[in-house]
Parts: sequence; C-alpha cells; structure tokens
Amino acid sequence: MLSEGSSFMKGIALGGTFCLLLSLLGSFTPGMQSSPEDHHHHHHHIKAPTKDELQSLSDSQMVELSQRVRVYCVIMVQPSVLVYWSTAKDTWGKHCDNAVFYSSESAKALEAVDLNEQDEWAKLRKALKHAYDNAGDLRWFFVARSTTFAIIENLKYLVLAKDPNEPFYIGHAMKSGELEYVEYQSGIVLSYEALKRLVNVFKDEDKCPERGRALWKLSEEKQLAICLKYTGVFAENGEDIQGKRLFNSKSVGSLIQDSMDKKNLDVVEGCCSDLAITFSGMSPNQMQVMMFGVYRLRPYGHNFHDSLIFLPPEGSDND
Amino acid sequence: MKTLGSRCAFLIGFLVGTCTLYVFLRQVWFERTFSTRSQPDGLEKTAAQLRELEEDSKNWKKERSALFNLNHPHHKGEDSHMADELYKKVRILCWVMTGPNNLQKKARHVKNTWSRHCNVVVFMSSVDDPDFPTVGLGTKEGRDQLYWKTIRAFHYALENHGDEADWFLKADDDTYVVVDNLRWVLANHTPEEPIYFGRRFKPYTKQGYMSGGAGYVLSKEALKRFVDGFKTKVCTHTTHVEDLAMGQCMEKVGVVAGDARDTNLRETFHPFVPEQHLTSKFPKSFWYWSYCYYPISEGPNCCSDLSVSFHYVDASLMYLLEYYTYHLRAFGYRYRYQPPAPLGYKNEAWDRSEGGHSYSKEQPAIPRGPLARVESPSRTDRKPVVMPPAAAGEKDPPAAAQDDKQ
Repeated sequence: MLSEGSSFMKGIALGGTFCLLLSLLGSFTPGMQSSPEDHHHHHHHIKAPTKDELQSLSDSQMVELSQRVRVYCVIMVQPSVLVYWSTAKDTWGKHCDNAVFYSSESAKALEAVDLNEQDEWAKLRKALKHAYDNAGDLRWFFVARSTTFAIIENLKYLVLAKDPNEPFYIGHAMKSGELEYVEYQSGIVLSYEALKRLVNVFKDEDKCPERGRALWKLSEEKQLAICLKYTGVFAENGEDIQGKRLFNSKSVGSLIQDSMDKKNLDVVEGCCSDLAITFSGMSPNQMQVMMFGVYRLRPYGHNFHDSLIFLPPEGSDND
Repeated sequence: MKTLGSRCAFLIGFLVGTCTLYVFLRQVWFERTFSTRSQPDGLEKTAAQLRELEEDSKNWKKERSALFNLNHPHHKGEDSHMADELYKKVRILCWVMTGPNNLQKKARHVKNTWSRHCNVVVFMSSVDDPDFPTVGLGTKEGRDQLYWKTIRAFHYALENHGDEADWFLKADDDTYVVVDNLRWVLANHTPEEPIYFGRRFKPYTKQGYMSGGAGYVLSKEALKRFVDGFKTKVCTHTTHVEDLAMGQCMEKVGVVAGDARDTNLRETFHPFVPEQHLTSKFPKSFWYWSYCYYPISEGPNCCSDLSVSFHYVDASLMYLLEYYTYHLRAFGYRYRYQPPAPLGYKNEAWDRSEGGHSYSKEQPAIPRGPLARVESPSRTDRKPVVMPPAAAGEKDPPAAAQDDKQ
C-alpha cells in the first residue's frame, strides 16, 4: 500500500511539473470544451464610425441612427457613500436619456431603486432585469458604479452605427483563461438584444445560477460574461481610431501621472483618448472639474464639424 | 520492482497533478487584457524619441534665448481656421517668470504644454541658460526680487522683441494659460491702446491692479509707457509686491485696467486651480472676497468657458489642463455658451454657405445649409442632425430630431 501511495504522490508531482513546463513553453493552450454555439469570434474590437463613413450616409439614415442611439444608464450606488449618488446625479447622469440608480438597500434622501440585496452578482442581475423591464424605447444600456464618470456622448458615438437589435457587450475587455469579459470598473455597455438574451438566460439555473456554485466565487463581471457566452454574446473591446482605451478603470489624474512616469515625450498623447468614455476612482470634486473640462472649457477658434449634434440637457448649469 | 498497482497509482497521480495545476493556472495565471497596442521595445522607443526631437525643431526656432513658434499645435480632423487667423493677427509674446532651480521642476512643463501656443516664448530667470533657453536678468532669486525681475523682463521684451509681438503676457511657471482664449479677449482691442488685462483686484489703487499669479498681459502701448515710466522716474521700484507695484505704475502712466470678463460677465483669469474655483466655498474671512474688483461667483459661474488662466498649477495639472482644453471632448456636443466672434473677424468660409451664420455679436445660428469645409473646399458636409436634449426622467419618446427645427 505504501509503495502505491508514494507512486501516487510521485505521479501528482510529476503531472503538475509537466503541466507547468508545457504552459511555460507556451505551446500548451488550455482549451475550453467548445460548445456548438461557440463560433470563432473574429471581431473583438469596436471602434466609432469614421467621419467619411458618416458622411456617406443619407440624411434619413442619419436621422434613423440618431433616434436609435439613446442610452439607459444603470448606476449602482452604495447608501453608505451618498455623495457619489448626488454627484453622478448632478454631473454625468444628466446626459443619459434615462439615468436610474440602484441601491443594495434603501436610505433616507437616496432616490434609488431598492434591490434589497447585498450579493454583488444578485444585485447586478436584479438591476439589469429591472432596466430591461423599464427600458421604454431606449435600446442601449450602460452599467456603471457611481464612482465611475462617463461621457455619454462619446458612448453614443461609439455605438452610433451599431444595430441594438444585434447582441453587443462592450467595454474594456479582459481575458481570464479562456473567458473574455468586460471589466465592471470601467463600465459595461449592452445592446437591447444582448440584454434580452441575458434576461432570458437568467431563468436557467444551470447555465446562469443566481448564487454561484463554483468552488471559489467568481466576480460578478465574470459571471455576467459566462451567462452571456451561453447566449452567444461575446465581449468586445471599445477603442478609438488609434487603438487607445475608451473605457478606463483609473482616474484621469492617475493616468496622466502614469504617462509622466513613463517619461513619454508627449505626456498627453501618451495618456488617454480624446474621445474617452469612462474614468473611474475620481473624487466628487474632480468629477465637477471634469464636467467643466469636457463640456465647457475649450480653446476659442477650434471647431469639429461633427455629423451629429447633442444639445445640452435642460435645467443644468455645470455643462 | 514496481507492482501494477504502483504503476496505476502513479498514472492516476500524474493525471490528477496535471489537471489540478491546469485548473489552477487557468484561474490565476492566464488572465490578460485585450490590447491592440503593444509596448514599444527599446529600439523603437529611441527611434520615436529621435522623431520627436526632429518634430520639435520643426515647431520651434531657438534664437536669441527665445523660442519662436513656427507651427503651433493642430489637431487631426479639426477646423482651426479661426484660431489660425487670430494667431496671425493677435501676436502674443509670453514671458515666464522662473529660476534656475525650477527649470526641471516647473518651467519644463510649461514648455511642454501651453507655451507652445504663444507666438514667442521667453523664459526669464536670474541666470542665462542657452540650452533651455532662459534669459539671465542679472538679479538674485527670491520673493523680494520679483518686481526687479518683472521690470527687467519687460524691458528685455520691448528691447529685443518689440517688433515681433503686439501683446506681452507675464506668467509664473505655475500658471496655466489658454493662449487661444487670451487672443479672443484681446482681439476686440488694438496694441495701440494703453490697456492691460488680468484678474482685477481692487485694494490700494484707484483703478485696481492685476493679480500676478493669474498672469496679466500688456498692450504694446502699455509696455512702451511702462518702460518710459522708468526712464522718466515716474515709475520706480516701490515695493517687491510685483503685481501691486505694476498696478501702481500702470495707473501713473495712464494705462487702463481692462475688464477681461466674457460676454456673460464670467471671469477668465483665475488666481487658483479650477477645483477651488468650481467647488470650494471660500470662507468669508478669506482675503479673496475683499480683493476681487468684480462680484465673486462660486460654483460653475465662477469661470468662463473661455477661461484664460489658472494659478498654483503643478506639473501633473499642467498636462491634465492641456488634456481637458485641447484633447478631451464630448463628440457632437453643442456648447451652451456660444461666444461672439471678435469684431471684424467675419468668417469668409462660413459666409460662403447659403443661409450662413454671421459670426458677429449675436449668437450664431445652428448650422443650416451645406457647410463648406476649409480643408477640402470641393466637398460640402451634410448638415448635422441635432439630437434633442436629454430631459431628466423623461419616459415618453421624444419628437424625432428634425433638421429644420432650429
């Protein structure tokens, strides 16, 4: 018995080493068992339409696109940090066609949908289901925590030429093993079709359980990706024409600092996209400064003749 | 001698080991981001640096301790003909107050950012530095030298560059200036007027004086009178409080303290950083309240969309402000404040279009009719579609965006 036991242990040790060696050599690609719907996805990157592409559209086509690109913002708040709720409401939330706040619990002075839920994945599920049921005629959904700042016009530009009746799941795409998912911290974009499929697969407790059954708990962003993957919806990376990130999980200040630390010759060029959509981790005051920087401060005499014009929201003074 | 059982056990163990580690690695190690941009390697980086230096020499001409702008920054896809016209007609010499200990800490970032939009830049120090370059004013360093440096700097500017600029801006190495907006403020005046602009303070003087840190700009006539004032001893070194002394001299030689506020009466020159002006509630006992010549606004009304300057700006804020001003924007956003074009700056390209927008004092109409693009005059842009504004809590579908609803 002892010899078998020791043989077994030797086997484990050798097997582990074998696996490690192969992975290090890089020739070992851990493959996920392919399911019938797992078609090879070629287009992982999403870019906004170019000026020429928009110019080539007819007037009526342009009007149609503009009517379609309206956004329902799902903004997750914590009652313990009320100031982020009021800041999001007073700043970028005003640029959503409908901004709805979702909270884990009710709190005085907090105007939000009470999800009555502490688990992060369950909260996300409930919020998304609520958004789907209350979408009205809005066809794009942007999900973010209230500590994220979003420039909704740039989001609309990114998806302007995309049909929301097709499944889209966009943001800063990350890869964990074989799983491609969109990072929560920098904001998640879902088309109507993607959300519809998601809400449908919520009913399937095997594919998309409400309380995760894995040995170690997966983050809600990964659980979202897994559920969407079952419905044939895959994560796509939003980037600008130069390939720069549009969805950022850091504050603009730390991204500038990073660029300075890298000793880039042009700190600003090496930092961030001109049409960035999100930044995260900024203080409420910094968000007010960003409102000024994006929607007001500009150098006189420089104009961009964009094909679509977004008017400022009514009853607002900081944009 | 290995028994069959041992061999089986070994095989099973091997499989278990492989599988366990594979699962473990998948969860922990194989996490990676999508990226289309790879980090440039060492050789690529050096080549990029060389290219940048080459670019730099195309943009600046270093001559007589000054930097002459050959090619002020332009953005891809933008129509900057208005800014270009003002650049030619409203020539600004920017001189930056600095010192040998601050060249790498502060002045360098000014050089990398806003000063690139000036027609001429001169960095004024106590010591000559032909590489940076800086002018040595022959003074010492220190707060008590500030007015001496200012006097000598302005004398130097008139003597060496009097014909190369119409307006002369003084800024600190922790001031951020939006030079394009300064041109807009100045365009309704002429360099022959005896006038100067900045953030107006009221104490100690009849007509007020301009805050030193927020930067101030003299017309050529004002500069001539300043220099003459010292020749005739009408002006002398009265105090080291540079901005106050400047204001007192200006008053003596008949130079008017101008009102730099925009057409909505919002301030353009700012003595603090944007965050403080936009979000701080200054305590009522703070000197600021009694110093400002015009009524103070807190919150968003503090600051013009066409703000000209901010002060106490550290290195990273310099780059951040450059990013906010010249880079980051909201696609298609129609700004609430539509500044009138300066007098006499009618935009020929726009006038050409039918139903074109007049850029005089009234607010220009939302573009109607085909827009003539300056870059490719043969092509006309289709008129842009206007999205109705987002109204909070609106559940009903909005009326369709009509292009004629303007």
